[in-house]
Amino acid sequence: MADVQSSMRQPWILGDKKLIDVSNDICEILERKPTRLWWAAFLASLTLLVAGTGAVIYEISVGIGTWGLNRTVGWAFDITNFVFWIGIGHAGTLISAILFLFRQKWRTSVNRAAEAMTLFAVICAGLFPLIHMGRPWLFYWIVPYPNFRGPLWVNFRSPLCWDFFAISTYFTISALFWYIGLMPDLATIRDRAKRGWRKKIMGWLSFGWNGSCRTWTRYEIVYLLLAGLATPLVLSVHTIVSMDFATSIVPGWHTTIFPPYFVAGAIFSGFAMVLTLMLIARKVLPLENYFTKRHVDVMCKIIIVTGSIVGLAYLTEFFTAAYSGNVYEQFVFFNRAAGPFAWAYWTMVTCNVLSPQLFWFKKIRSNLLIVFALSIVINVGMWFERFVIIVTSLHRDYLPSSWADYSPTIIEILTLLGSFGLFLTLFLLFCRLLPMIAIAEVKGVLSFGRPTGCSGPRERPLPEPPADPERELEGAAV
Amino acid sequence: MSISNTSSPSRRIFVGVFENEKDILGFTREVTARGLKIIDIYSPYPVHGLEQAARFRPSRLPIICFVLGLLGAGLKVWFEFWTTAINWPIDVGGKPWNSWPAFIPITFEVMVLIAGIGTVIALLIAARLYPGKPAKLAFPGTTDDRFAILLEEHDATFDADEITRLCRDYGATHVEERTEEVN
Repeated sequence: MADVQSSMRQPWILGDKKLIDVSNDICEILERKPTRLWWAAFLASLTLLVAGTGAVIYEISVGIGTWGLNRTVGWAFDITNFVFWIGIGHAGTLISAILFLFRQKWRTSVNRAAEAMTLFAVICAGLFPLIHMGRPWLFYWIVPYPNFRGPLWVNFRSPLCWDFFAISTYFTISALFWYIGLMPDLATIRDRAKRGWRKKIMGWLSFGWNGSCRTWTRYEIVYLLLAGLATPLVLSVHTIVSMDFATSIVPGWHTTIFPPYFVAGAIFSGFAMVLTLMLIARKVLPLENYFTKRHVDVMCKIIIVTGSIVGLAYLTEFFTAAYSGNVYEQFVFFNRAAGPFAWAYWTMVTCNVLSPQLFWFKKIRSNLLIVFALSIVINVGMWFERFVIIVTSLHRDYLPSSWADYSPTIIEILTLLGSFGLFLTLFLLFCRLLPMIAIAEVKGVLSFGRPTGCSGPRERPLPEPPADPERELEGAAV
Repeated sequence: MSISNTSSPSRRIFVGVFENEKDILGFTREVTARGLKIIDIYSPYPVHGLEQAARFRPSRLPIICFVLGLLGAGLKVWFEFWTTAINWPIDVGGKPWNSWPAFIPITFEVMVLIAGIGTVIALLIAARLYPGKPAKLAFPGTTDDRFAILLEEHDATFDADEITRLCRDYGATHVEERTEEVN
């Protein structure tokens, strides 16, 4: 059987790497000492984390009154940040699960980092409902366990209860998926290390992985099953988050468009965050041969699609409000675009609807500096999207006598910064301690788009199972 | 070459080491066609088609995943119904006690959770992987850039010289024979 290669197929990994080069390139990042740049970034993130922790401790010990929330705007920064972080997390699962089912080979260069990002973003997200509770030490009341209060069970009809189940399931499955994928790579690190703590810890964590074909077969099946489970899961998580809003009868929230609109927005913002982090990583580490311009290009295209869906959703919301004949809906949307928070609304539209459309131009997609800038712009826009949805709908409710304004206090702002500190601290530690790129998966796509496998010294056609093994052997013996 | 004595508690193992995915795939097809017994094949990444070439049995983990998912979903529906309609029915917003459409989201989440965790545990049990297990490598570098195949020299028909030649023909970088204790 001759090698059949389509000219459409181009290698995803540049630099004519051999198998051992992949292990070397990715493991060396972990084996060398951290650079000054890493320390500077780490200390800066840690400072933010400490500041945020201080703000949260103050808020918990004094009370939610330290935030700028009031009787009308009962949700603001806290839930904005929660939805923002959950959204960021969605890109990781999309890359690791959905693109796996679609057999997108380019995902192998980004899936590890994106999944790590998912886990850290979900940790950040999970903190916000917790500290928003006021009495966070009673959070376990959401778990339906037999208790001495009746037993009084949780209300399974409440979207807030669904949210708890959705996010804890999402975190657990994402963590399992990530760890299963990590095991072969931990074994690679273990076998490279001569002695010392790395060999010991990786030896413990790699579960005795030895690359057996029987294990690989099971591993691949489990990977496929987890991808199949995680795909509807990731869609369900943001659907349920949107139902926190959509099932209430607040104008601007009570719409059936919310689930697809939120899911598209989540993937949109998540991809922007993956781009932000990976563009820094590829330059600093460096990983230019693994995370190439073509990777950036395809990710920008996904951003165009999801960004356009988000833009369409904004338009649909306005059309539905205008066409509904419901004065409350009409007022809320008029108020969004022209009311006291119009600045936030137009920031959101500029960042989320207009800026991703620039990616239609090849020149912009291939200019990494512009892509990096736009990825940050999109994340700012997506944060404002949640802020606009939450605050503008609440601050002008049915009773004009209870209309209120909202502005965050320093405690809320520090809490938001602290969540960025937590996210970046965890991500920087991840870059130093675990392989940032899935070594085994990249090895699997190394021969993609190349005339022969680049791992061997010879070019040898793949033999068919011989019809007559005797003759084959005679030929060999000569 | 020596032929193993089947009555002893040890067995002779033939090890072929390759550097290339295509070489090990070709060699595996060859030895399967000859009816030799493959103990296992070791590779740094999953080589597609290798398990079919070696005629390994397909994994039955999907069945476990399906059964656990069904079980998780079933138990959760029952639990939600039992808590909200039987054990302590509370009127929430005038909704019916058995408001099954509202039970769908958590039922789905619990199905995914039980199926996912269960499948991973089943994988660890089936593949005998556990934290801290000492790694037994077939050949140094099988988690890096080497592909190794282990054949059992199970009877007198196993001609090690012939297989060595075949192995070399497929580009093997290293060939050896080992004796391993059978436990």
